Amino acid sequence: MSILLLLLFLLLLNNLLLLGTDRLAGMNRLVAVQGCLLAALLICLDHVIIGAAILLIKGVGLPLLLRRTHLRIGAPSSVPPHLPYAAAVLAGMLGLVFALWLEKQLPLPQGFFPPFLLPTALGTLFCGLLLVIGRASALSQVMGYLVTENGIFLLGSPLMSAGAVWFELTLLLDLFVAVFVMGIAINHISSKFETIDVGRFRSLRD
Amino acid sequence: MLEALLLLPLLAAALMMLIARATAGRTLLVAAAVAHAVLTAAVLRRIAEGNPPSAFGGLLAPDMLGGLFLGVASALFLVTSVYAVGYLKSEEDLGERSHMKTGERFTNAPERRFTACLCIFLSAMTLVTCTRHLGALWVGIEATTLASAPLIYFHRHRESLEATWKYLIICSVGIALALIGNLLLSFAFVAKGLESANEAADQLSLLLRLAADVAPGGPAVPWLKAAFIFFLVGYGTKMGLAPLHNWLPDAHSQAPSLVSALLSGALLNCALLGILRGHQILIAAGLGGFSAQLLLFFGLISLAVAAVFIVGQGHYKRLLAYSSVEHMGILAFGIGLGGVAVHGAMLHVLCHSLTKCMLFLLAGNILSRYHTLSSHDVHGMRWAMPFTTVLWAGGFLAIVGSPPFGLFVSELWIFKGALAQGQWVLGAVYLALLAVIFVGMSVPILHMIQGTRPADLPRATREPLLSVLPPLALGLTVLLLGLYVPQGLRHALSQAARTIGG
Amino acid sequence: MNGVYFLHLALALLLAPLFTGVINRVKAKVAGRHGKPLLQLYFDLFKLLRRGEARSTSTTWVFAVAPGVGLAATLCALALLPLGGAASPLRFQGDFFLAAYLLGLGRFAMILAALDTASPFEGMGASREACFSALAEPALFLCFLTLANIAAGAAGGAADAPSLSLSSMFAGQAPAAWLSGRAELALIPVALFALLLVENCRIPADDPTTHLELTMIHEAMILDHSGPNLALILYGAALKLWLFAGLTAGILLPELPFWPGLICHLVAMFALAALVGLVESVMARLRLIRVPRLIGGAGALAALTLILSHVR
Repeated sequence: MSILLLLLFLLLLNNLLLLGTDRLAGMNRLVAVQGCLLAALLICLDHVIIGAAILLIKGVGLPLLLRRTHLRIGAPSSVPPHLPYAAAVLAGMLGLVFALWLEKQLPLPQGFFPPFLLPTALGTLFCGLLLVIGRASALSQVMGYLVTENGIFLLGSPLMSAGAVWFELTLLLDLFVAVFVMGIAINHISSKFETIDVGRFRSLRD
Repeated sequence: MLEALLLLPLLAAALMMLIARATAGRTLLVAAAVAHAVLTAAVLRRIAEGNPPSAFGGLLAPDMLGGLFLGVASALFLVTSVYAVGYLKSEEDLGERSHMKTGERFTNAPERRFTACLCIFLSAMTLVTCTRHLGALWVGIEATTLASAPLIYFHRHRESLEATWKYLIICSVGIALALIGNLLLSFAFVAKGLESANEAADQLSLLLRLAADVAPGGPAVPWLKAAFIFFLVGYGTKMGLAPLHNWLPDAHSQAPSLVSALLSGALLNCALLGILRGHQILIAAGLGGFSAQLLLFFGLISLAVAAVFIVGQGHYKRLLAYSSVEHMGILAFGIGLGGVAVHGAMLHVLCHSLTKCMLFLLAGNILSRYHTLSSHDVHGMRWAMPFTTVLWAGGFLAIVGSPPFGLFVSELWIFKGALAQGQWVLGAVYLALLAVIFVGMSVPILHMIQGTRPADLPRATREPLLSVLPPLALGLTVLLLGLYVPQGLRHALSQAARTIGG
Repeated sequence: MNGVYFLHLALALLLAPLFTGVINRVKAKVAGRHGKPLLQLYFDLFKLLRRGEARSTSTTWVFAVAPGVGLAATLCALALLPLGGAASPLRFQGDFFLAAYLLGLGRFAMILAALDTASPFEGMGASREACFSALAEPALFLCFLTLANIAAGAAGGAADAPSLSLSSMFAGQAPAAWLSGRAELALIPVALFALLLVENCRIPADDPTTHLELTMIHEAMILDHSGPNLALILYGAALKLWLFAGLTAGILLPELPFWPGLICHLVAMFALAALVGLVESVMARLRLIRVPRLIGGAGALAALTLILSHVR
């Protein structure tokens, strides 16, 4: 139990670090760490197969893919964000407070969620959305999408069961393909626009 | 049969990637479309006979609602695949060229990748429409996003890339929210001993059964409401409900016209199906009023937003895209009204898809002739391309809901539904917005048709058959549906409408 | 109990300059040098006390009084702190406010003195010092609040539990708590250590040994001081370092009997000194605009702990 709590706490800490980090390489490392933490959590909750798959895809595969993309396009190490880092961290903190408040309001059967899992999941989800909205570089938006998905996985972890492993694995595959397609798109963006700052996407509007 | 329906397009896609010959790939595309359409017809027939097929242990088992959307997707795919043969041929001849606005040099994506993605896209839509497992539905909708993103980036220039990126990120994140809706649905029934909803292949029936026992004011109620909100936001993003529609005009205006036709005609419906599944469960739980109110609200917002952007729109593909936002709004409005309006909405799904597909294909013809997307620069169409012009004018009359066409009937039914519910004010607002949109659309479209032919444009030559026959077929169908709805279809529509409160 | 406290206070007054000595020695060793003697600061202090003082003609009495005020304020703040696990005899509800603002008073005096010299460098240093300490203050209060919150929780949430004094905050700690699932408690020492570096002008916030006036903060402020007054400033700085290290060590250490407690306390203090030395050796000085992010990070960690400790 204490290991579970420790992992959840590390996830939260990892979220705040992600929100406060400006270097893309550092963010990528944090995303990898988050994948590993998520995998460890699921293994703690006795979902060994899914945990292993997550470790493979979110802990190793996708971060490597993103790193390779980053290196190949030679993007700058950081892109100025839409949302200042301090504001993002503050918003993440407020999101966490909200999630903690929400947990108390929800009519859930006792013991359905391991303690503290729900707020962590919602906090992670919120952190991911903040990254998608608040960051201007295409790579960090993809990372934000990944973090959002991590939050959803965490939220769904009490529902995972041995009989539905196929479903979770399909979800993971979907996610992998999604990030893969986004990676290709980033390659194209970098070669067409000579930047990955999607804040400069302004040619289409009414 | 359903296995073949799902896997056949995938097989075709794999073959296309292997075969380098362009003509072989195009033949394969049409062959896959025809085979899919034939199989779909067989499936629909079995559903109508009350003997629906089932595959993968019940994972694929379409009901009439899904079957209707499947039929639309398959029919549109068949038509566009025929159009695609001519389109891809002419694109191949063009080679590298300059962007008409920015002057940037660009090429096309490899053709076989394009056709393969089209087939994967079809397969994903088949999964969405056939499955009764909400998780699989989610996977299918995400797969449609991933398969259609490369389609939007067929013309490899900056604007289409920008549209593709917006589409990918906004829709992926939006759909991720819909997955939360799935989880919340399961949470609602945890207290009733539901261990894992994902294990049941026929998840929808299980959830409907559980929902039927939900006591009003019970602990499950807030969960179900929250789940529907997440469905609405998540799938609503993909469906283009305002204010979540931002990606839609960009993607539709930058994609090749036949892709826009499929996106507008088939894909938006698939996302609507996701919302309808949630609506279905809420109705079973006795919370239909809640979801209907939300649908009504977002429907009207979409109509209003579309009206604002349609008036003065100088970009004819964006015009059509906003018209899709409008019609998605009408659908949500009709379904939210309930009763006879739902029947109207089902007919509207069919007619809107056919008409919008036709209009986008015609827009492709206009673009290839005039090389501009601005409706101010297109004039004298009736001299330059008479056959397309006739269809374009007919399609315009159809899409704004003029009498002889099917959309008139369906929009009238929805209005009738509003009056039957005693919603006079809503009905009046609906009519007023439709009138504004009618005027807003007629200005640019009439401007395009009338006037003199631009001096630098050669006189009318014979238009390629493959570019006008598919829209013609669609237009005739819509006209037919306006004059006469066959008994079988009428029956099918009401069967579909019954599942969602009609 | 008071006897233990006074012993610790005496040790603090006596050993504070040694703390700086240890830091410098560790830095020298890591850099491969032999370094200054450990007792160098003591020598400096004695030397300075025997010297006369040179004062610029443009300065006023503010300049003369400030070092004394600064040292007195730091001493008073130190006296409010529980030392080595023993509660301060001066404790009262809310004394952490007084402690924090006594430190603020000392800093204010020094800033006034720096402005009093009318030297541009000192004015610049003063403005930087004011800026960073203004930022560090909320973070420090967040740390205190968190500790008070935990102490209140340990006292069973009784409304009259004296949780708002520094002594009870530190007494309320269950030091091994972060091993049993309350990992967030480990963040407070980290945040306090970061504040230690910022408040005491160590790398990465400021470089105490720099020769470039343009990049200096604290050192720039005291350029004009000399003689006994400079000694007071140096001694005050050493005491302040001891005070912050004492805060950090107070959380880390469990309650122990007298002798082991004393030894552990001293070991922990000098281990912290060594840690500061190591940090100074391996890190580069941050650019000035990045320093607020360090402080903000410390504040964020403290806030996270506050949130989490409040929920559990």
